[in-house]
Amino acid sequence: MDADKITKNGPAKVKKRSQLSSIWRQFKKNKLALLGLSVFATLVLVAVFSPLFINYDTDVIQQNNKIRLQAPSGTHLFGTDQYGRDVFSRIVWGTRISLFVGAFTVSIAFSVGGTVGALAGYFGGKWDNILMRVMDIFLAMPGTILAVAIVGALGPGLFNILLAMSICRIPQFARIVRSAVLSIRGLEYIEAAKACGTKTPRILWRHVLPNAVGPIVVQCTLHMATTILGVAGLSFIGLGIQAPLPEWGSMLSEAKEQMRYNPYLMVFPGVSIMVSVLSLNMIGDGLRDALDPRLKN
Amino acid sequence: MLKYIGKRFLWMIPVLLGISFILFSIMELSPGDPARMMLGDYASQADVEALRKEMGLNDPFFIRYGNYVNNILHGDFGMSYQTKKNCAEEIINRFPATLKIAGLATLIAASIGIPIGIVSAVRQYSVLDVVSVSAAMIFTSIPGFWLGLMLILLFTLKLGLLPSVGSESWKNFIMPALSMAAMFTATLTRMTRSTMLEVIRQDYIRTAKAKGATQMQIVFKHALRNTMLPVVTIMGIDFSNLLGGALIIENVFGISGLGTLMVDSVKSKDTPMLVASVLFASSVGGLVTLLVDVLYTYIDPRVRMQYIKPSK
Repeated sequence: MDADKITKNGPAKVKKRSQLSSIWRQFKKNKLALLGLSVFATLVLVAVFSPLFINYDTDVIQQNNKIRLQAPSGTHLFGTDQYGRDVFSRIVWGTRISLFVGAFTVSIAFSVGGTVGALAGYFGGKWDNILMRVMDIFLAMPGTILAVAIVGALGPGLFNILLAMSICRIPQFARIVRSAVLSIRGLEYIEAAKACGTKTPRILWRHVLPNAVGPIVVQCTLHMATTILGVAGLSFIGLGIQAPLPEWGSMLSEAKEQMRYNPYLMVFPGVSIMVSVLSLNMIGDGLRDALDPRLKN
Repeated sequence: MLKYIGKRFLWMIPVLLGISFILFSIMELSPGDPARMMLGDYASQADVEALRKEMGLNDPFFIRYGNYVNNILHGDFGMSYQTKKNCAEEIINRFPATLKIAGLATLIAASIGIPIGIVSAVRQYSVLDVVSVSAAMIFTSIPGFWLGLMLILLFTLKLGLLPSVGSESWKNFIMPALSMAAMFTATLTRMTRSTMLEVIRQDYIRTAKAKGATQMQIVFKHALRNTMLPVVTIMGIDFSNLLGGALIIENVFGISGLGTLMVDSVKSKDTPMLVASVLFASSVGGLVTLLVDVLYTYIDPRVRMQYIKPSK
């Protein structure tokens, strides 16, 4: 009988479920984390269902000089910008962009970086050394300059931003997954799986990864938060998502021109970035505490 | 110990080579002709060709990269495509502004973050703890450049107290430093608090209490030094990140530091300037981290022991 059959039929599966529910039980106790989760869930709902209520062509990007720069009111909840566009609709549509960019970047960075990290951590030795040194080179570059250079070279735009942000996050995920895999590699059940003749990819996928998932999920939420911040920053300096797409950062850079007389334009995009990042940080923190066995007693 | 420092120095060489290679290839292999950008749209094709030849742009990629590295090894960081200035000089001119902001931000973060972190750990679940934890949470989520804009709104446009652009007087550095320090202070508070919480649950703290040591003695004599290790690490990392130029915050306040230099060189396809400034920032960052690691050995005797060979 091979190791996987044991996992399928027997106690392992039961344990997996109880682990999840125990994490949830811990997570539920944390009021801040629950608040973060509900805010984030609302944002996701807004992002998914906003096209039902808002028409991109007429509400979000159509310019109308008759209603330029109106202060917030009943008809225009967040006012209108210098092109007469409804800021509320643009903010709502911006949720779609930011969440998409965040989620997409994290998934690409996780798949590529995670594979590199898992291979490096699992095999160790020469390959580990080579792969991780290459990652170190990427990490030694200051902050977002790599993303700036990539976007500068390829030109701004949604796709290039996704590419640049994903490449920037790959080394970080490689490191996290590697250290998680390293801590699991030597455990008895991996040895047992090896002894049963399980192939390496299967060991990594079925035995190592599920047990390393905790810290990885925490990092995913936190990285999604920093990605949203990073993209907003790049768009703000004109190297990110381009007008007329209503990305929050590029809205801020448009609002900056109007800051002397219409400061309200600057408030809403900033608050939106803050709320989405804050909710993700709260979830990440809550998960980290829930996963930390030292805090259970 | 010396051997370790030497090793770290040697390791910086391949890292810097790698960085220069990555950036050089991104910049040079992407579309856009630096010669055309230097001469402008109205220059004749023949002039552009001549300049390309003069700059060696027609050589194969690896030869160009080889020449570039060779020049750097001889201390020549090249000339900016855009301003025709010597890159090294330009970087030295720009660096003080970045250094001032980064230093000021670190100072603010340390003098606010660490004390609050300590108090909030010692008085866990008190009102102050709850307030500081929530404030730290909120400040880690505020984009620095937005905070900067809000500060301009308040201090420049409403109160008229501080100038919003330029880097002439010390007043120019207050708002950029504050907007950078916000997130930095928050991470430092959280780090100090969580490490302190772990430390004050240790046996030696209980022993100190049992001996009748006062709260102040416990915190300052027994707990603080043990808390400092991760706190100093974070400070080192954040400080060296800030030295790399806060690209966006420098942009908000129109400060001509390293960050704006990098962004401008990316925008104008100025390869020598970009590579030189990133190499400079990375080496300074690397040196700061190394310095922090050496600093550990003074903070924590346990780390010092690792460098002393056990006598057989």
